[in-house]
Amino acid sequence: MSIGHTLLGLLESGPRHGYDLKRAFDERFGHDRPLHYGQVYSTMARLLKNGLVEVDGIEPGGGPERKRYAITESGITDVERWLAEPEKPEPYLQSTLYTKVVLALLTHRSAEDLLDAQRSEHLRLMRELTRRKQSGDLADQLICDHALFHLEADLRWLELTAARLDQLSTEVRK
Amino acid sequence: MTTTGEVLLEAVELHKAYGPTPALDGARFAIRAGEVVAVMGPSGSGKSTLLHCLAGIVRPDSGEVRFRGRELTTMTDAQRSALRRGEFGFVFQFGQLVPELTCVENVALPLRLNGVKRKEAESRAVEWMSRLEVDDLAGKRPGEVSGGQGQRVAVARALVTGPSVVFADEPTGALDSLNGERVMQLLTAAARDTRAAVVLVTHEARVAAYSDREVVVRDGKARDMAAAA
Repeated sequence: MSIGHTLLGLLESGPRHGYDLKRAFDERFGHDRPLHYGQVYSTMARLLKNGLVEVDGIEPGGGPERKRYAITESGITDVERWLAEPEKPEPYLQSTLYTKVVLALLTHRSAEDLLDAQRSEHLRLMRELTRRKQSGDLADQLICDHALFHLEADLRWLELTAARLDQLSTEVRK
Repeated sequence: MTTTGEVLLEAVELHKAYGPTPALDGARFAIRAGEVVAVMGPSGSGKSTLLHCLAGIVRPDSGEVRFRGRELTTMTDAQRSALRRGEFGFVFQFGQLVPELTCVENVALPLRLNGVKRKEAESRAVEWMSRLEVDDLAGKRPGEVSGGQGQRVAVARALVTGPSVVFADEPTGALDSLNGERVMQLLTAAARDTRAAVVLVTHEARVAAYSDREVVVRDGKARDMAAAA
């Protein structure tokens, strides 16, 4: 996730102080990983340098937390471009898992055990997300569902690989 | 999650073959009160046969199935039927409601079969339908309700007798994601409240995520992943 673009997007509804931005970010997107103040101020400094935000006012007392930021026209264009551009679909997990499965077969270890353990770990996380979803609001539900569908896709790959282990084993040991 | 407590239903070394093909080949299984256990595995791995043996619908070729310490395989058919009616509830992939009866009559049916008077049975049926958020469908016939609604009616029917074990065989298999989720939420919440154990056969990971632990069936053998971890 681009923190810069997200903070810019949060600024579109009106100027905010750095601490206010952090709070808004954490509330909406930072359940698992809240932002550090340092991240907020270094990001805002970069956005300021690039002309995407401007300082809208400074409260007396000094220090970065006293600055109030507003988005600029270039900032709005930047957010718009970011939102319009699709994300690169990332085949994140299977390269590692594929390597492990092949290595297990090559070294005559149980690839089935490896896949079973991975399924169990996936399900453990899926249970956690399901519990969180059930006790959360609609935003929580949508965020958890997204993660759940991705984990489910990984699991389907695990099942299919498990079903093809004999075939794969013959291939890799050729 | 319940990992302690007395084992309610248990299977030991189950073998079952259909012709020359073994469906179960030494499967073991155990579930405690209030637990939701997902039975997973590829098609043809023996999941449904395991469920049918546990529920006393199919008699294994060898091995034992015990409910509260009572051996199912040596019971008479009548004894097993009585056990199924009194202690077990069932939800299948397609609700399998009786089309000629209204939804409330369907839900009340297991109580009526147990000798409960009509008025009392239907009043308890409506309570369960309300819990499953389908009490407004009481007078409709199964053909007049949606798949998701029909499945909730089926869940109400499975729970109306206050069973100790609910057997759910792909209960969301015919539903879209949203309806499937709702059925799982309501089924597991109701089961946890009443301390019923749920044996949940599914090949869907998102459905299995409503369980406390999973058992994977492959080549007729069941592997308890919590025990393996």
